[in-house]
Amino acid sequence: MLLGMAATDPAPVTLVTGDEELLADRAVGEVIAAVRAADPGAEVVDLAGGKVESGEVTRLTSPSLFGDRSVVVIRSAQDLAKDVASEIVSYAANPADDAVLVLVHPGGVKGKALVDGVKKAGARVVTVSRLTKPAERLAFVKAELKRAGRTVGADAAGALLDAVGNDLRELAAACSQLAFDTPGKVIDEAAVARYHRGRAEVSGFTVADSAIAGRLGDALEQVRWALATGTAPVLLVSALARGLRSLAKVGGAPRNLRGGQLAAHLGMPPWQVGRVQEQLNGWGPEGIARALQAVAAADEQVKGGGADPAYALERAVQTIVASRDGR
Amino acid sequence: MGVFDDLVGQERAAGTLRRAAAAGAELLAGGRGSGMTHAWLFTGPPGSGREEAARAFAAALFCPDQGCGHCDVCHQVAIGSHPDLEVVRPQGLSYGVKDTRRLILRAAGAPTLGGWRVVLFEDADRATEGASNALLKAIEEPPPKTVWLLCAPSPDDMMITIRSRCRVVTLVTPPTAAVAHVLATRENVPPETAASAARAAQGHLDRARRLALDAEARRRREDVLSIPASLTGVGECVAAAERLVKTADEEAAAVTSILNEAETAELRKVYGEGSTGKGLNKGLVRGGAGAMKDLEDRQKSRATRTKRDVIDAALLDLVALYRDVLAVQFGAPVELANDDRRAELDALARSSSPEDTLRRIDAIMLCRRRLSANVNPQMAVEAMTLSLRNPRL
Repeated sequence: MLLGMAATDPAPVTLVTGDEELLADRAVGEVIAAVRAADPGAEVVDLAGGKVESGEVTRLTSPSLFGDRSVVVIRSAQDLAKDVASEIVSYAANPADDAVLVLVHPGGVKGKALVDGVKKAGARVVTVSRLTKPAERLAFVKAELKRAGRTVGADAAGALLDAVGNDLRELAAACSQLAFDTPGKVIDEAAVARYHRGRAEVSGFTVADSAIAGRLGDALEQVRWALATGTAPVLLVSALARGLRSLAKVGGAPRNLRGGQLAAHLGMPPWQVGRVQEQLNGWGPEGIARALQAVAAADEQVKGGGADPAYALERAVQTIVASRDGR
Repeated sequence: MGVFDDLVGQERAAGTLRRAAAAGAELLAGGRGSGMTHAWLFTGPPGSGREEAARAFAAALFCPDQGCGHCDVCHQVAIGSHPDLEVVRPQGLSYGVKDTRRLILRAAGAPTLGGWRVVLFEDADRATEGASNALLKAIEEPPPKTVWLLCAPSPDDMMITIRSRCRVVTLVTPPTAAVAHVLATRENVPPETAASAARAAQGHLDRARRLALDAEARRRREDVLSIPASLTGVGECVAAAERLVKTADEEAAAVTSILNEAETAELRKVYGEGSTGKGLNKGLVRGGAGAMKDLEDRQKSRATRTKRDVIDAALLDLVALYRDVLAVQFGAPVELANDDRRAELDALARSSSPEDTLRRIDAIMLCRRRLSANVNPQMAVEAMTLSLRNPRL
């Protein structure tokens, strides 16, 4: 990945494209660091795309009288005016020797002509796309701590992710803080637990899973967490309904169907069918029916039929848990 | 012959309106015209023909012969092109105060042809509270030649302050025989089909017409009525609810997509799309995006309403079914709406008690209430099918 990259001799033109700000900043920082390593007196000019005037880039990249190197960073390159963009594209085909140009573009359609033109001119391209999968974030945490010369176990990294959330800046900050605060080489779960507690983000599905599994305490705590961190009550209710609905579907499916056939019959992916079958433990048809009724009542209350959405949700969760073992 | 003859089974109301139209003509001629009023509220159960009655009355007011039914004026009213007739048909979920204020301004104009200026407000119960309050003054003291005709299912649907300013015309549910007769004579439906459609629609003329003429509508009704028998397990309940909501979605999409496309294209044209010439760009001019957004919101509201209406119609069919079951259970000598499914009715009646039937009807009514309270349709219908399966949950 980009983190281990050591840019010894920076390319004359670098295009950083992607929507993950932290990584984009780092890519820019690395180029600057590489230039400074060669020439500590290099001048850095940081510009915002919308404010660059035509001719400015040419002026900044033209050789200076004293032979200093310079770095020109243009952020939000999608906002560049058309004539400036074409000026940059033609510069990229024919860059100056003692200047380094860095363009930061968030991806997307706006200003695509610039991106394509610069790529065609042979600029170095760094892609920093947003990390969407949990595994990628886990890898990010590990790499962060490794940079700080530490190692971390998968469980500790997972605990940190749960507690801090998905924002990379916050994760990076938490990692460097942890590396600073804890002694020893390995950062374990206890160390994470000493500084971070609880969950940053609770989705409706977490609540639904806890409630369906009958963990009343967990489920109620998660409801409060989710509400406190700004999840809309309606989303929690619909997640509960969805969980129970799949219980009803899988539980009511014909007994002679198995595996792939069952999944096709229900219109669900096979892994989900397997999970729901595990959850069905302890559920009977009447219990599922009662729980679904409670959820419908909660939806009405959450949408203005009741005084307090939080109460309606807690009550629904309680009814769901109490409806288990209704065989 | 005349405009009032088209009203099915509403002899009493028609008499009142005829007299009022005559009094109106007298008033225009300079007489006392007692019996004419400036604000009317047409109420009656769905399908009793509130809008038709109001429209017939409007025609009778405009027509020199008080509603002959075949002159130019009557024809203009029938097709909605009469210059002095303003028809308001709320298409979204509600009718807001902004629209109402604009309506009041239009209603205050003098009649173009010198007779009356009539505002026909269909589904006036969809006016919000603010809108109703804005209407009050306009209804209480309209300009001398303006007549307000409001339509609502029952007087209780209107605010009491509006109700007290209107003269109420109460329409009744037309008898099944009258509906069947209309279908047979006007639409050339075979008598048996007409009779069964009239029974199934329970006096709702439009619905009876649709059932008699549209095979798709009949099939959909069969689908809905087969729901109770299909609810053997919890999984089936969820699946049945899913099917019902999905059909409603598809129907709403089919109805609204045609309208939406035409409206969107029209609005884009208004805001200069595709125009050429100096100083014009290809896209929308300033303000176009906002107007598009407004239109989209309105279209979305209309789609939601259509979807709800479709589900509601299905729920009413179900209520009628259980009402029949209850009648069978008690041996009540009433006409059954679903006489053609007698065997199924008997089976349902034998397999449950009257208490359970009442609980089921309650569950359906609860579902209707929840739908109008904006509960997720899937959840509301699911809860209902589950209650239909086991009403004692």
